Formats: sequence, C-alpha cells, structure tokens
Amino acid sequence: MHLVDNVLLNIVLMTLIKFAGFVLAFVMGTATVLTWAERKYSALLQNRIGPNRANIGSIRAGGLLHMLADPIKMLTKEDFVPNTPNPILFRLAPLMAFVPALVVFAVIPFGPGETFQISNTSLGILFIFAISSLNVYGAVIGAWASNNKWSLIGGLRISAQMISYEVAIGLSLCGIFMIYGSLDLQDIATRQGELLWGFIPAWGIVYQPVAFVLYLTCAIAENKRAPFDVGEAEAELTAGWWTEYSAMGFAVFALSEFIEIVLIGCVGTTLFLGGWTIPGLHGDAWWIVVLEIGGFLFKSLFLVWLQMTLRWTLPRFRYDQIMRLGWRIMLPIALLNLVVTGIVLTFIERA
Amino acid sequence: MAKVVNRLHPDFATQSYVIEVFKGVALTTRQFARNLFARKDIVTVQYPDDRRPYTPRFRGKHRLMLRDDKSVRCVACMLCATACPANCITILAKEVDDPTIEKAPSSFDIDLLKCIYCGFCEEACPCDAIRLDSGVHTIPSYTRRDQKAGVINLMSLGSVSIASQGGEHRAHSHEGTAHGRSSGH
Ligand code: SF4
Ligand code: SF4
Repeated sequence: MHLVDNVLLNIVLMTLIKFAGFVLAFVMGTATVLTWAERKYSALLQNRIGPNRANIGSIRAGGLLHMLADPIKMLTKEDFVPNTPNPILFRLAPLMAFVPALVVFAVIPFGPGETFQISNTSLGILFIFAISSLNVYGAVIGAWASNNKWSLIGGLRISAQMISYEVAIGLSLCGIFMIYGSLDLQDIATRQGELLWGFIPAWGIVYQPVAFVLYLTCAIAENKRAPFDVGEAEAELTAGWWTEYSAMGFAVFALSEFIEIVLIGCVGTTLFLGGWTIPGLHGDAWWIVVLEIGGFLFKSLFLVWLQMTLRWTLPRFRYDQIMRLGWRIMLPIALLNLVVTGIVLTFIERA
Repeated sequence: MAKVVNRLHPDFATQSYVIEVFKGVALTTRQFARNLFARKDIVTVQYPDDRRPYTPRFRGKHRLMLRDDKSVRCVACMLCATACPANCITILAKEVDDPTIEKAPSSFDIDLLKCIYCGFCEEACPCDAIRLDSGVHTIPSYTRRDQKAGVINLMSLGSVSIASQGGEHRAHSHEGTAHGRSSGH
C-alpha cells in the first residue's frame, strides 16, 4: 500500500514538475511575451514605435511592462455579456478554446527520453489532431452564443475554414509517418537525430519539404491568424467571432491563440526540424541534454517568429480564395505528396 | 474614350505565391532590423510628449475677440448663429449703455459637441468677434454640459483685434493670434 502510494505520488509529482517547467514556464511564458512581442514587432516592421507607455515610476523597459498592465486592465474591465439566450455557452466558449490548446502539450517531447515528455503515448500525433480539432468549438460556440450577426458570420467562416484545413493538414503529415513508420512523437524526434549519408541531418524538412510548407500554411489557417483571419476580418465584421467578448473572455481567447502559435512551433519542430535532436550530438551527459532542450526551444521559437512575420507580411485572403486554396490546391498537393512518398519508399525498400 | 486597364499577367512562379511569400518575409525582416538598430524610418510622434504644430489654418475651439477696453466685441447681431449649419450657437442679447454700441451678448453659448468646426460663424461675423484660430483642440469632458462653452470661457482665449469697429479705425500692432499654440488647455 505504501509502495503504491509512493509510485503514484512520484508520477503525480513528476508530471507536475514537467507541467510547471514546460507548459507553465515555456508555453505560457512565451504566449505572455507574445502578447507584447507581437505588438512591438509589428510596430517596428511598420516603422512605428509600438507599446512603450506602461511604467512603474520612470521604468518603462521598452514596453515590457505591458505584459503586466494588460492582465490588470483585462481583469478590471467590464465583463460584458450580450443579450443572448445562451449566456452559459457564451461564458464557456473561451474555456473550450483555451483548454484544448493547452492539453495538447502533454505529448510534445521537449527533450530526450521519457523524462522530457509529460505523457509518452504511442499515439502522440493522433492525440494532437483529436484535441486540437476541438478548438473550433470554442470559436464557433462563442460566435453562436454572442447572438450577433457579425459574430455568426465570423463563426461560420471559421468553422468551414478550420474543418477544410484539418483535412489538408492531416494528409500533409502522413508522409512523415510513412517515412518514420511511427506515430509516436518521441520516436519520430529520435529518428531525426540520425544523419543522412553521413552529413545531412535526417530531419523531416529534408525528406518532406513540400509537406513542411503545407503544414505551416494549414496550421496558420487552423489558428485563424492572418492571412487567414477572415473570421475576424475587422474591415468587414467589426471583430468577427469575438466581437462581443471583452475583458477576461477576450483575453482567454487571445491567449489561446498565442498558445496555439507556440503549439504549431513545437509540433513543427518535432516533425520537421528534428525535434530536440542536434545533428552529430549524442550522449547522456547533462550538458548535452541541456543543449538539446535548448535546441528544441530555440527551433520552436524560430517557427513562432516565422508565423509572426508571415502574419505581418501577408494581406488577408478573401474568403473564397481561402476555400479554393484549401480544397483545390492544398488537398491535391498533399495527396500528390503522399503518392510520391509512397512510390519512392517502395522503391527504396525494393532496392 | 474607354480607359484601358492594364491587367497583370504574373507568371506561374509569381502566382504560386511561394517565392513571393519569402520575398515578403525578407522585406519585412529587413525593415524590422533597420528599425531595431536605427530610428530614422520611424514616423511615430510620441503624442503627449511631442506634438505636431497645427497649421495656421487649423480651426480649433472658438474664441470671442475683445475691444480695447477688454469688453467683448460681439454685438449680438446673430449672423453667426444664422450661418451656423449645426445650429449650435445660442446668443441672448442685452442693451449696453454706450450709445455707439448697439447690443452685446448677455450669454453666448456654443455647444461644442454639435459644432462641426466649419468656420462659417467666423466668416459671417461682421465684427471680427468670433474666431476659430485659438489652436485649442476640443477638450474631452465627462459630461455634456461641460461641452457648452459660455461667453466667459470663449473670451478667456480672446485677444484684442485690430479690425475697425464702430466706424473708426484704430490701429494696433499687437494683434494676438494663437497660431501654433499647441498646449491643449
Ligand atoms: S464652426 Fe460652424 S458649426 Fe461651429 S459654431 Fe461656427 S458655424 Fe457653427
Ligand atoms: S459673434 Fe459676430 S456674427 Fe456672431 S453675434 Fe457676435 S457680432 Fe454677430
């Protein structure tokens, strides 16, 4: 009895530590910094200065204090509930977007071995797909419960868009699974530590460059950020699906969007950029492990940066263009990519 | 003659958008780096600290001009109130002891929330009594009542005008306009 208790306690404790270290510190930390970084970054590349006013006395820290000021503002603002028949759904929607975005990190391997993964499941990537596709409910139910035409139109656009790109994103990743022959993210990451012909890192992006472009495009579309933010479309729909949200409800939605940016970065790193592996570096020494974890975080942050830059570079697509891109371009290319991968793999096996 | 529209026919590489996206990313990144290390492209004016000067033709809050003896120049002729397209000037006239002056306003209210700052009142006035050149931006307030500018309020921005009034020309060297006065109060 005592032994069982200890084992259980150990598991719970370890999980909590990993949760605190990875999800709370890295993911939430990055998401919080992103709320400031996104504004500052967009400002600088548009020849503006960006937020720099929040201060404690004379300390401004280049606007960094906005990260502190924002939550205070959000917590003290009026928490508006529109005249809606579904006030409970309206309240629930931000959580329905927030929780799936956070849960998914459970299966991301951020370092070598089981120690650096909250939950080691052989179905890793399927779990990610299953949970993150629940995300659409938060947005759509929020839009529906807002009892507002703009929200509803935004919600409709989002649901169609997210479900369309779900198909393409799934197919684009199939090539990776065929090559590494596994759905286990830790497995895939470890396999990418090998070298191809002795000098090229065997990363997913080397085997599947097309899939990487497809993945990134579809993932940004899934996250409904510019250039795919027709659901929000300030110019047409006020603020689209989150028009009616204010205060913390809005903050939670916005935060879950930022968390998903980090998620796209982490999944993209794990599948295409070699995960935590560093080419040519193997071993169990503690400094290697630290380097590997650092490498994973760095690569993830690189993808986060790429998403941010894409957002502030590209103009918003029209809604019909998005649908055409999803069904008539992304889907066929993903299928073709899959067929070619299959043929090549068969030849390699025969040879 | 019909206008000829030049349609663009981008080649396949451009249309596929992939290379163009990377070109765009390179452009924005270059601009980010430029602005990170040097400030010469930045166009932001740090508003309450730095202000841009208003142009001399800026129409701001109204002011009522003064006579030499610092009484109000306005003779309550109602021309401005008549000209006002927003109907926001309310003048009540009163008698004055000085026989050379017809009337004077006993109250002169402008509802600044209704005013569209068109400047018609200024143009209509025969006495150079009302002007919009104070350079003062309308000041925000918590109540609508605060947006009614009364005669005292408007006169406090006023100054002596050199325009002749009452048939007799009096020259003044120190016409006070408030061009470029940019502090907002
Ligand atoms: S500026 Fe135009 S709207 Fe305003 S008080 Fe004068 S005439 Fe009326
Ligand atoms: S401000 Fe000028 S136009 Fe208006 S009532 Fe006075 S004198 Fe007449």
